[in-house]
Formats: sequence, C-alpha cells, structure tokens
Amino acid sequence: MKRYSALTLALEGLKNHRGWRPAWRKATPAAEYDAIVVGGGGHGLATAYYLAKNHGLRRVAVLEKGWIGGGNTGRNTTVIRSNYFHPESVALYDLALRLYEGLSKELNYNVMLSQRGMLIAAHTPMQMEICTRIANAMQLNGVDGALMSRDEALERVPLVNQSEDARHRLQGGIWQGRAGIARHDAVAWGYARAASDLGVDIVENCAVRELLIENGACVGVETDRGPIRAARVGLAAAGATPGLAAQAGVTLPIHDYALQAFVSEPVKPCLDTVLLYLGTGTYVSQSDKGEMVFGGGLDRVPTHGQRGNLPAQQTVTSGLLEMFPAFGQLKLLRQWAGVVDVVPDSSPIIGPVGVPGLFVNCGWGTGGFKAIPAGGWLLAHLLATGEHHEISAPFDVTRFARGRLIDEAAGSGIAH
Amino acid sequence: MQIFPCPFCGPRDEREFHFATEAGKPRPEPADKVSAEDWAAYLYANEAPRGEAREVWLHLTCGEYFVMTRDTLTREVKGSETLPGRRA
Repeated sequence: MKRYSALTLALEGLKNHRGWRPAWRKATPAAEYDAIVVGGGGHGLATAYYLAKNHGLRRVAVLEKGWIGGGNTGRNTTVIRSNYFHPESVALYDLALRLYEGLSKELNYNVMLSQRGMLIAAHTPMQMEICTRIANAMQLNGVDGALMSRDEALERVPLVNQSEDARHRLQGGIWQGRAGIARHDAVAWGYARAASDLGVDIVENCAVRELLIENGACVGVETDRGPIRAARVGLAAAGATPGLAAQAGVTLPIHDYALQAFVSEPVKPCLDTVLLYLGTGTYVSQSDKGEMVFGGGLDRVPTHGQRGNLPAQQTVTSGLLEMFPAFGQLKLLRQWAGVVDVVPDSSPIIGPVGVPGLFVNCGWGTGGFKAIPAGGWLLAHLLATGEHHEISAPFDVTRFARGRLIDEAAGSGIAH
Repeated sequence: MQIFPCPFCGPRDEREFHFATEAGKPRPEPADKVSAEDWAAYLYANEAPRGEAREVWLHLTCGEYFVMTRDTLTREVKGSETLPGRRA
C-alpha cells in the first residue's frame, strides 16, 4: 500500500495528481473463506480489518450488495459520542470513541475526526435533573461529562434562541468535550483500504441471497455471484439483517424504520459544536463546508424503503428553527433517509444467534456510525474466537429472554 | 403526506396513526406455563418483512386498533380491516 502523507500529496500535486491508485482492490470472490462478513458498511469493513489486524485471519471477504459505504454509513449525521447511562453502553461506545481518536493514524487515512464537543440542552428544571443524573453516571463510568449552566451553555451556542417567550428556553445541559463529528465516507474508505492491504477481499455488487445451512450450522452464503463457503459468517447489514437471519430460522427483536437527515446550503462558520435539544429531539452540527447537518427522530412508519416521509421532515425542521430562528433563512440543500434496525431497548445486538457459525452485529438503530470501530472490533473477536469479548457479552440476544435489557431509551433518553 | 384508511373513520392523515405491532402474534397461553424464551419471542420478536406486511395500528383520533395491510418497501397501502370480532 502506498502510504498517504503530506509529502506524497505535494509530490502528486507536481504530477497533476495522475499517480493515485485505487484505495482498495476490486476483488473477485473465491469459493471459500475463513470468515465472511455480510455488509460493506462501516461495521462490516471494520470487522474485516480487525479480523486481519487483531486476529491474523487472511482469508476474509466482505460482501456488499451495492457499493462500499452506500448504506447508512454514508447516510448519517456523523456524530460521535459516548454520553450514555448504563455502564455496559458506556464501555461499548467509549471503546468506539477511543478507537476513533487514533483511527486516522491507525488507518493512514484522514477520517477528519473533529472533537468539537457536544451539548445536550435542557429546557426545564426536570430535564436539568435528568441531565445531572446522566452527567453523574458518565463520570462514574469514567468518561468525560459535565453539567453546564445556562451561561456556560450559551457561550458554546450563542446563536441559539434566547428570547423570553421561546417555546424551549435553554436552561443548561450536559457537555461531552470528546464528542464530535467525522467524515463518514472516509471511515468506510479508510477501513476498506487498510483491510484490503491486509489481504481482505472486498466484493462490491455482490448481494447475499440466502445463508447456506447444513446440519443446522451456517457454512456460507449463496450470492448472486454463486455460493461462497466459510467457517464463520458475520451479519453486519443493518436493516437487512433480520431478513437474512430469518433464513436461518432466527427471528430478531428488530423493527425497521427510516431515519432522515438534512443538509442546508453552506454558510460561514457560526456553530462550532454539536447541539441536541431535548425539547425537540433535533440535533445539528456545521460541516467543514459550512452546511448545517441536522436530524431528529425516526419516521413512525416501519419501512424498508430508503425514503423519508413528510411529517418527520416537518418535525425535525421546525425543531431546528426553534433552536436557531435565524436558520429560517437557509435553504435546504438535500434530504435523505437510511433504513435503521431498531431494538426495543435501544441497544445493539452483538453475538451468536443459536446457529453454529453465524454471528450478528445489528440493532444499532439511529446510532450506528459512532460505534463503527467498536462494532467491528467485537464482531471480529466473535468471528475469530467464537466467544464473546467482555464488552459485547451484555449485548447478546439472549438478554431479552433473561430480562437483562440495557434500556438506553430510559437511561439516556434516546427518543425511540 | 400519506393517507391511511381507518375502518371506523375512513381515509385520514398518517399523523393520526401509531404503529402497534405485527399482526398474527397470538398470546401464548396459559401465561404461567410459558417459557422465558417463548414469552420473550411473543413480546419482542418481529418478522420485519420486506414487502407485504400485516400490522396492527392504532388510530389515535378514535382510539380503535385495526389491521392494515401495506407494502413496507413501496409504502402502498393495500387495505385495512377491523380486528377479529370487532365491527366497524
């Protein structure tokens, strides 16, 4: 692999940038692998990378029905944070955040991580009490989190609606300084390039039609480019995971919904942090290009179509204008939706599913992007060893029968 | 904006409706003899079909639950009906 550096960039500049090579090989699938990862989004690519890097597996394939990062990895609002409530969740999301902090160097690919901090804004004394509880929990769990007063919060977001008759008047909130945003495409491309360099076959335009089940065990997949066998198969296909698992007789506790995101026309820098309003559920950050990138809650209609509906657009957009009335002058540049896999306790499902050889990493719902390095790290551990990592063990699907839910909807107020 | 048909009130704005659950999941009985796994499956497991789906919806405005058949990919609504034993 040709290493990227300021020097190579400068030298290529002198040659009119004609020397760049594709970042990863366009692989043709072999007949058999040690491990197959279904889904070429961030989680799938990270899984393949850590299988090769941490566990030394070389015969690994990532099968993607479309193109790399064309699903939810390229359809989100790129927020990275670990401000959760339960210790199990904080361990999981902070593993991801710590890996993100070293990712550009690790992958030799600039993922443009910008730790600009995130403010969760409260509007009522009751919300401030809940924020105090979450901030305390974050500190007990060993991650950076602090309660902010109204004045401290307004220093971070001076443009916010400060009028006396605002529907949601800012009272203060929770601050996580290590939170931020990253370039979502670069995360997918960086993992793909680094995995490909370690010998992983990244196969695009290769849809998995069904799982190959022999004697009750998963022994590979049937694709539209023929059967591919593998000792172990990992599913990291977000909204498509339930349909695939169903072929092995596994019914998962997942509903598929569309989640929308929005981008405004670019303007000069005016918001240098990530802001979430508890009162409206809308969150926003400003991209390096100057666009307002914002989103909110799910469309309330279960769907597999990557299109958003109008009621959710109205709710999210009106939430943005409640936060920043001045943004009413901005034009909406584009809007899109991804299909997210939502679990009753708003926590992911990671682990075996009762079929030998088959493992899943799904159920991230609205928050998969921030967890990409951890999801990959943990699914790779499962595929390589057959055993749970201690961080993924609480997220096993058996938690529903055991009643050991990790309810982040109740814990940290995730709005679904 | 989509229009959903309530068997009791006729075609109405989608914002008046709330998705409840997938249709056709009988409650396992008797409840005190049901294993933890079967009970968890009843509570949580979903087919999440890609394509035609039969679902129980609540019309918030009139407070009635009913069954709606629709396509989860195209969003086409095929029709709606009352729950068994209930008349519109």
